[in-house]
Amino acid sequence: MNLVLYVLRRLAISVPVLLIGTFLCFVMVANTGDPLGEIRSKPGTNLQAIADLEHKLGLDQSVFARYFTWLGHFLSGDWGISIAQGNALQPVAPKVMAAFKVTLELVLAASVLALFFGVLVGVLAAVKQYSLWDYLATTLAFLMFSMPIFCIAIVLKGYAIRLNGWVRQLGLADVLGDPWLRTTSPESLSATGVGDALAKYVGAFLLPTLSIMAITFAAYSRFQRASMLEVLSADYVRTARAKGVSNSRVIWRHAFRNALIPVMTLFSVNFGATVTGAIITETVFNWHGMGTLLVEAVNKNDPQVLMGWLVLIAVSVVVANLVADLLYGILDPRIRVG
Amino acid sequence: MADLNSLLASETATKDGTLPPEALPEPRSQGKLVLRKFLHHKLAMASTAVLVLIILLSILLPLFWKHSYEDSSFASFAKPSGEFPLGTTQVGKDMVSQILRGTQFSLLIALTVSILSTVVGVVLGALAGYLRRFTDSAVSRVTDLFLIIPQIAAAAILAKVFGSGSWYIVALVLASFGWMQIARITRAEAMSLSQREFVDAARASGAGTFRIIFKHLVPNMVGSITVNATLAVAQAVLAEAALSFIGLGVQLPDTSLGRVILENYAQLQTRPALFFGPFIVLVLISLTINFIGDGLRDAFDPRQRRMKA
Repeated sequence: MNLVLYVLRRLAISVPVLLIGTFLCFVMVANTGDPLGEIRSKPGTNLQAIADLEHKLGLDQSVFARYFTWLGHFLSGDWGISIAQGNALQPVAPKVMAAFKVTLELVLAASVLALFFGVLVGVLAAVKQYSLWDYLATTLAFLMFSMPIFCIAIVLKGYAIRLNGWVRQLGLADVLGDPWLRTTSPESLSATGVGDALAKYVGAFLLPTLSIMAITFAAYSRFQRASMLEVLSADYVRTARAKGVSNSRVIWRHAFRNALIPVMTLFSVNFGATVTGAIITETVFNWHGMGTLLVEAVNKNDPQVLMGWLVLIAVSVVVANLVADLLYGILDPRIRVG
Repeated sequence: MADLNSLLASETATKDGTLPPEALPEPRSQGKLVLRKFLHHKLAMASTAVLVLIILLSILLPLFWKHSYEDSSFASFAKPSGEFPLGTTQVGKDMVSQILRGTQFSLLIALTVSILSTVVGVVLGALAGYLRRFTDSAVSRVTDLFLIIPQIAAAAILAKVFGSGSWYIVALVLASFGWMQIARITRAEAMSLSQREFVDAARASGAGTFRIIFKHLVPNMVGSITVNATLAVAQAVLAEAALSFIGLGVQLPDTSLGRVILENYAQLQTRPALFFGPFIVLVLISLTINFIGDGLRDAFDPRQRRMKA
């Protein structure tokens, strides 16, 4: 019950932040240029039709009036209309939601995998401090950290053909599908059976997920290593060793669980980085997610799509922060949520 | 070398109280101590050398280089040769001159972003951490506000608002969504420092808020500010490249490494030099800055005595 109250309170606190945030975004978006510029510049367009459209989009009102109209509509589920396709008006909500679903899958897969591998590599590097493995992990982390995501994506995409060739040579093409690794949007994944579906899913997601993982993986592994080293030198770990507890039990049962706590604070920080990674990776791999939608909406001055985009991302950042805090409370019994 | 090491050893010993007072080395300022530790950090020094080399090359080489970055009179996609070490681009421009100019702009933007976001972050964070109460909650809420939108999306939209992709516009918009981390760190540090006696003493002797913050608090945070400002340069190099890569950052006639990569990455398979040239320079810049930041962190950390490459 306490937990429910806590979640509700946290969400209530974020409401004003979201309201002010959306208003500032609205002002910003309203100044990106004339959304009807493209239509206006076409010769022979009916002036009355443009005026009607202007009225329909509320462009003939002040920013304040437009914001509150937009907010009212938005809260009742009407996210407005997209004008990206010229005169062919599309509702915003399904468009943004479809893109969000694509990106969410990518972001979740990349976050979970980056956390898992980052923590694993960090723990091993700490346990074997100053070993070859430690230096390798450190070098890898620094490289990943300094690498622009889009370059990883470009290289992976560029060499996908070669990788697929290897898959073929190993005789795995029959099992995994040919070509196995996809470099474009996986919208048409038709599979026969569970194994085939898994192979296709992995083939489609592997390269983009790897690209997004790179940066957060580096951050997690460095942080986990530092926190593990600190815990391993703590008195209670020495006590456990003195009692004769086995090495693996000391590491995983005593040290690891406590070393994991500070890493969780990174989760919410990294969420933004992961979303950014997804935006860029999608551009390289031609996925129709939030990234390509953002680029299109900015380039075409599509205000209501931009607003839908911003609100959805803002809400997911708030939710991700909340989830991170809840996990923090679960991992660390000293912090009681509520 | 030897006397430096012995000095260092004797200094450690003094802290332990094992040496007679007459053996006390001359007192050193924090700056000197930090500098000496940094100079002994092999990786950081090597990185500094590489970075300085890149900076000097990007500034000086264009003065002597045989081709101008504007000259597009060469053959399209000429193979790498003595004349064009990295080949030419699709429109017939020399790749080396493109990379040099891209490096200039990337560094310029990144430095500007780092300075602006550090100043804003430190001022806001120190005010919030020292004044507490209303200022703190106001600054914290504003920080939260700026954190709910990813930097790249906000910068893309803002760049559109300002209407031009000049390098300083890109730097401004990246900085306006890049100060939050430094503000948070500064706030936390100002909070803990303002509990210390020397702040009470300053206040008791009549120092005003402004004086306490900038004469007493900020000098005590110089370590974390320097480290974070350095790391912010590396982040800004990458953020600018990403923004320009999705086509929403720097626009012609200005350029940047991100833009150079955007224009040439399609050639990865057939003309790898066109992609790997700017890519390697970009990675080298951010990698060396990250290593320097790491070296600075070790140098400023009083607990860390052992020097490790």
